[in-house]
Amino acid sequence: MSALADRGEPQRNGPLIQISHLVKNYQLGEVEVHALRGISLDVQHGEFVAIMGASGSGKSTFMNILGCLDIPTKGTYILEDIDVSKLTRDELAHIRNSKIGFVFQGFNLLSRTSALENVELPLLYCAMTNTERYNRAVSALDKVGLADRVHHFPNQLSGGQQQRVAIARALVNNPSIVLADEPTGNLDSRTSVEVMGIFQELNRQGITIIIVTHEPDIAQFTRRHIVFRDGKVRSDKLNPVPRVASEVLKEMPVIDEEAEE
Amino acid sequence: MKTLNILRSAFRALRRNKMRSFLTMLGIIIGVAAVIAMLAIGQGAEYSVKQQIASLGTNVLIVFPGSQQQGGIRVGAGSMTTLTEADAAAIEKECPAVAYVSPGARSGGQAVAGNLNWGTSIEGTGANYLEIRKWTIEYGEFYSEQDVKGAAKVCVLGQTVADNLFPESSPVGQTIRLRNMPAKVIGVLSKKGQNAMGQDQDDIILAPYTTVLRRLSHFPYLRQITVSATSPTSIAEAERQIRELLRMRHKIESYEQDDFTIRNQSDLAETATATTEILTILLASIAGVSLLVGGIGIMNIMLVSVTERTREIGIRMSVGARGRDILSQFLIEALVLSLLGGILGIALGVGGSLAIAKLAKWPTIVTAFSIILSFGFSIAIGLFFGFYPARKAALLNPIDALRYE
Ligand SMILES: Nc1ncnc2c1ncn2[C@@H]1O[C@H](COP(=O)(O)OP(=O)(O)OP(=O)(O)O)[C@@H](O)[C@H]1O
Ligand SMILES: [Mg+2]
Repeated sequence: MSALADRGEPQRNGPLIQISHLVKNYQLGEVEVHALRGISLDVQHGEFVAIMGASGSGKSTFMNILGCLDIPTKGTYILEDIDVSKLTRDELAHIRNSKIGFVFQGFNLLSRTSALENVELPLLYCAMTNTERYNRAVSALDKVGLADRVHHFPNQLSGGQQQRVAIARALVNNPSIVLADEPTGNLDSRTSVEVMGIFQELNRQGITIIIVTHEPDIAQFTRRHIVFRDGKVRSDKLNPVPRVASEVLKEMPVIDEEAEE
Repeated sequence: MKTLNILRSAFRALRRNKMRSFLTMLGIIIGVAAVIAMLAIGQGAEYSVKQQIASLGTNVLIVFPGSQQQGGIRVGAGSMTTLTEADAAAIEKECPAVAYVSPGARSGGQAVAGNLNWGTSIEGTGANYLEIRKWTIEYGEFYSEQDVKGAAKVCVLGQTVADNLFPESSPVGQTIRLRNMPAKVIGVLSKKGQNAMGQDQDDIILAPYTTVLRRLSHFPYLRQITVSATSPTSIAEAERQIRELLRMRHKIESYEQDDFTIRNQSDLAETATATTEILTILLASIAGVSLLVGGIGIMNIMLVSVTERTREIGIRMSVGARGRDILSQFLIEALVLSLLGGILGIALGVGGSLAIAKLAKWPTIVTAFSIILSFGFSIAIGLFFGFYPARKAALLNPIDALRYE
């Protein structure tokens, strides 16, 4: 089933994301840190973007603003024709709930809470019956290949499995866009490719995906590379022939990552 | 987020820290139990005082000579000479709301029996005095209408007097000397105990009022007239009739004050119950303080919990929880703590009150009111002390909460 098909949103013409002159300053005592110094870019529906750049170049700051977790100091951010900078706290919460799926570098799962309940979390904050919520959470876990780990707690899952739970949680609300900040940062190379495979599959189904990564290898799986430097966009190139995760996987040696359990 | 889901996750969060949740609840448990037990003790005291007052006879009126306006104290011989035997007879005859009338006289003095003597007060009454005061005879009999008419040299002893004058033998049939008059003991009153003011009501000798007036005090006026109304509800009517009658008989002009005072037992009852009510309120407020301390315990734990779970709050916000979702989550956790504590506290308080009644033989009364009060109070405490930490959590910025170490 296509995640986007059943949302039935009419407009497909304008860009999904329009960013112009985005500035983010942090006040650290007397010193002002310029994390973003004027970013302007558009992201179309269905794109798969990798944001790269040196440490401290402002990638996470940018992603947090895209995810409506943080607000910019200056500039505009328009998501699906909504000017996000004008929204109230509650409206931002609604956007996070209905349009955005965020995958954190550190997974950020609730401990002592089962995989299923972690995935159900976003659905608790929108109107839904308990059965519908259960079904959607199970099908999201199924999409990331964790149908048999539904009742496991995070500390009973491997790093790759935890990351997949986090992805399932990001997917469960059929978001317009999935944002992932270094989704493979804590994973070995094979598991990283598996996770990228999941993203490629989701992207094929029509979900827009933006990831942050340090590793050029990982960026090769995406179709557009944006490089940040000192809070500015240094380069923005298309990657016409992305690698296909499922093919790469076939050539990789099998590491039994689930043995630790 | 639906209330049921919030409740479920609140219970789960509290179960995660069982010991801590229990210790937090303990403050509320003890507070609520203390409030219930203290109210039960206070209301038990109130009840037994009311019981005692009712045993005095609730429809009793006492007419005193002298006006009330003199600072409440009847002073001067002149003002003591307004009530006569004829007044008493007229009240009995002409006031329809009056059931019994007992003219009263008094004489202090020593009572001597053989080589024992006892100083007490000798009250002169009518033959129907016991009906008015709801009092009974333990041994022997009370003096009759005949005895009163003839100023017979007879008397009836209170228990205390009987015990002191006749420690070994039965007083009935014996002769004692009241001042210099020999009087035959024809009965002993049943024990009445202390009154609400702490006086021993059994330290008394009753004799026909005519005997006291003519043979002991040699004073022609009545000291009081004890009257009972036909029913407790007709007290006011009886009082009105007596006042009208006496003003007419004493030829008091409309601009003049009464030369007598009418008091009823409900005045006395009011003072006594007011005292015990103050006691109840005092006890309950002391217990209320401990409930308040319990509430502060809840606030403390909820603040710790908010700090500990800042990341959780951040995660919930990042997937779409609004401020009010977070607020209600923490508020409901605080409420569950205080409500569970309240319910356990009620059980402990009711059990404790029953134990006090059994072991200390102190009457305790647990009313629905005190249960509802302390239950409501614990809800209020949960809301009040849970609100600040919950609001603190709700106002966090998602990104700050997520970054919190
Ligand atoms: N909360 C904050 N307060 C002050 N300065 C901050 C804060 N968050 C980030 N910064 C600063 O903003 C700049 C950009 O940080 P950001 O986390 O966006 O970098 P990044 O590109 O994600 O780096 P990395 O690759 O190491 O994750 C850095 O100089 C950082 O020190
Ligand atoms: Mg970063």
